[in-house]
Amino acid sequence: MINWANFVSQVFNGLALGALLALISSGLTIIYGTLGVLNLAHGAMFMLGGYAGYVAYSYTGSFLVAVLAGSLFVGLVGILMERIIIRHFYSRPHEDQLLVTFGLGIVFVELVRLAFGSQSQLVPAPSVFSGITSLGFMFYPTYRLAVVGIIAVALTALFLVLYRTRIGMIVRAGIEDSMMVDALGINVYRVFMIVFGIGAMAAGFAGIINAPVVSLTPGIGDDILVQTFVVVVIGGVGSFPGAILGGLIAGEIISITSMVNPGYAYVMLFAAMTLVLVLRPYGLLGTRGRE
Amino acid sequence: MSSHDKSGVSRRNVLTVGASLAGATLLPGGFVMPAFAVGASDKPAIGTWPAGSEGSTVTIGASVPRTGTYAVQGEDELKGYQLAIEQINEGHELVKKISPKTKKGVLGKQLNLVVADSAAKPNEAVQAQQRFISENKAVMITGGTSSAVAVALNKLAQREKVLFVCGISGSNDTTGKDCVRYGVRQNFYGQTASAAIAPILVKTFGKNKKVAYMTPDYTYGHTVTKSMQDNTKDAGWTTVTNQISPLGAPDFSSYLLNIANSGADILVNVNWGHDAVLSIQQAKQFGVLDKMKLVVPYQVPFLARETGGLMQGVYAATDYWWTIEDKYPLAKMFNDTFEKKFGYKPEWGAENAYISFVHWARMVEEAGSFYPPDVIKQYEKEETIPSLVGDVHYRKEDHQCVRPVIIVKGKMQKDMKGKEDFYEVVEIVPGKDLMQKPDAFGCKLGDYT
Repeated sequence: MINWANFVSQVFNGLALGALLALISSGLTIIYGTLGVLNLAHGAMFMLGGYAGYVAYSYTGSFLVAVLAGSLFVGLVGILMERIIIRHFYSRPHEDQLLVTFGLGIVFVELVRLAFGSQSQLVPAPSVFSGITSLGFMFYPTYRLAVVGIIAVALTALFLVLYRTRIGMIVRAGIEDSMMVDALGINVYRVFMIVFGIGAMAAGFAGIINAPVVSLTPGIGDDILVQTFVVVVIGGVGSFPGAILGGLIAGEIISITSMVNPGYAYVMLFAAMTLVLVLRPYGLLGTRGRE
Repeated sequence: MSSHDKSGVSRRNVLTVGASLAGATLLPGGFVMPAFAVGASDKPAIGTWPAGSEGSTVTIGASVPRTGTYAVQGEDELKGYQLAIEQINEGHELVKKISPKTKKGVLGKQLNLVVADSAAKPNEAVQAQQRFISENKAVMITGGTSSAVAVALNKLAQREKVLFVCGISGSNDTTGKDCVRYGVRQNFYGQTASAAIAPILVKTFGKNKKVAYMTPDYTYGHTVTKSMQDNTKDAGWTTVTNQISPLGAPDFSSYLLNIANSGADILVNVNWGHDAVLSIQQAKQFGVLDKMKLVVPYQVPFLARETGGLMQGVYAATDYWWTIEDKYPLAKMFNDTFEKKFGYKPEWGAENAYISFVHWARMVEEAGSFYPPDVIKQYEKEETIPSLVGDVHYRKEDHQCVRPVIIVKGKMQKDMKGKEDFYEVVEIVPGKDLMQKPDAFGCKLGDYT
């Protein structure tokens, strides 16, 4: 279906897809950048956000409460995870960190499966955003339009925290050189806990915001996790702007390739990642030496 | 192994060699090849026979997806196996109606089911079943949901000489180009589904329609879409777009935009499991369902329940729908016992698992032996046997069961008599006329030994 109307639609859709990927990836990248821990449970936390929101929605019928519950719950899970388990792994090899976070991810997914089963659960979009909007050149689900706006606000908020606050400055300094931050008398482990909490919260927030777009299943985070890694690699490990750029690029690659030949959408995504790894191993906006 | 039964080696010699090798047949990697061991009869050992059926129980290996895109359907399939095992072991009345020689168990031996999660991935299913064959001496392996898994297990079964009774698999290839002597399939598939539903679709929607397809990117998707295209070609239906997506795609928006812009009249959605649920829900979000008619040629258990009303008015082809119990007494017995045990009406995954299992039990009873070639030859006799949807038989050329396909249409909310009354049965199409010629999909069964 290669024509102008479809091309414009797909470019727009790529933006919407990319926004979601950017939000999830930003959480992953700031955790990795600061703590040096690649959190393979990040997809599971995305899923947890959806389910926590779903439970809150079932009791209250309020989408706003669902969003708050989804984000805060996963933020809390992140903090507990860091305090109880992850902090024991900072000085251990990367393989151990990968294994423990991978294992935790499986535990989260299976606990949710135990509690809710495998059948999909629905969180309806708030009524104000239900239906379809005509953009002139295309029809697009109103809620997906809203999601782009919501994510833009969330990413701006995250940007302000990271770039305009004292804690943000410490976090960014930690990404560059956590030993030096420690040497300056800042309790770097407390910062690590906060960063892990914020990163997890971003995943949880994305999980519940995304819930009305998809239907929730325990495995929803698995496929997203792979795409998120691609985004982080393209954008640059540890780079917040990189996550946003990477997310948008990934969204556009999937969407535009789908227009030409949908069977190649994911092939192209991985091809792009490979290309970046070959030409610029530290990512588009990453810093040399951080990869 | 095949050389020994034809080599002219005397039975006494074989026994001598067998005795000397006893206890030394376990090879690394779990490959049990007791080529020289001889069972109670004069047949040479093959696969897990006779070791697997020498005790008072025999083991069946099942691999079903309990996680991933097909998890819901896999759990349902598993319940069908569990009920079949329970009823065969106790000699239930329903089993006896299908397998008259059954008393308790199979040939007097109790069945033991060992289960693994395949996650709908061929490699995981093969690993698990290889373990069940080598460690548990499984006399039969079963499972499925995902034709990619079914095709892989076909190959494993042929190599290991252990019968594979296929669970859910909709690809033409399973009993087509990837068929094996050691594999049988009960359920409907791309060709029969589309041959059954196509005339009804043409009658309902008319000729010369433009069709958009959504196809999962593996053997099931490609063959079902191809069969739908072939069976609607004469009515002038043309494909305007075919959106191929990976199994477990997290989002279908790009595909749906292509479809929305394609000018199609009809959307044929071949996706299965959660992919079907998600793609139909998102098709609604994108307004696609308001523009074109949805058709599901290979129905998904629980689809109507999970899509919350979006299947209303939609035509689908299926293996089984519980309301046919008015017509088929065995279906009524099955529904009642299933519902009593599990608390809901069985859908076709459970039905398919149950009946294919009980058919296997019948074949073993009739053959009077677990010896795989004898059991296979029993299937190949093409005897007419009872099923939950009337009398059926297995075709000797490709081991495909010739059975009816049921066309259903989603009921509107106001017409539903109860919360599980999702579909009306439009037609029960006899299987005989739906089948392709046995060699049309390139089936070559391979050796018995």
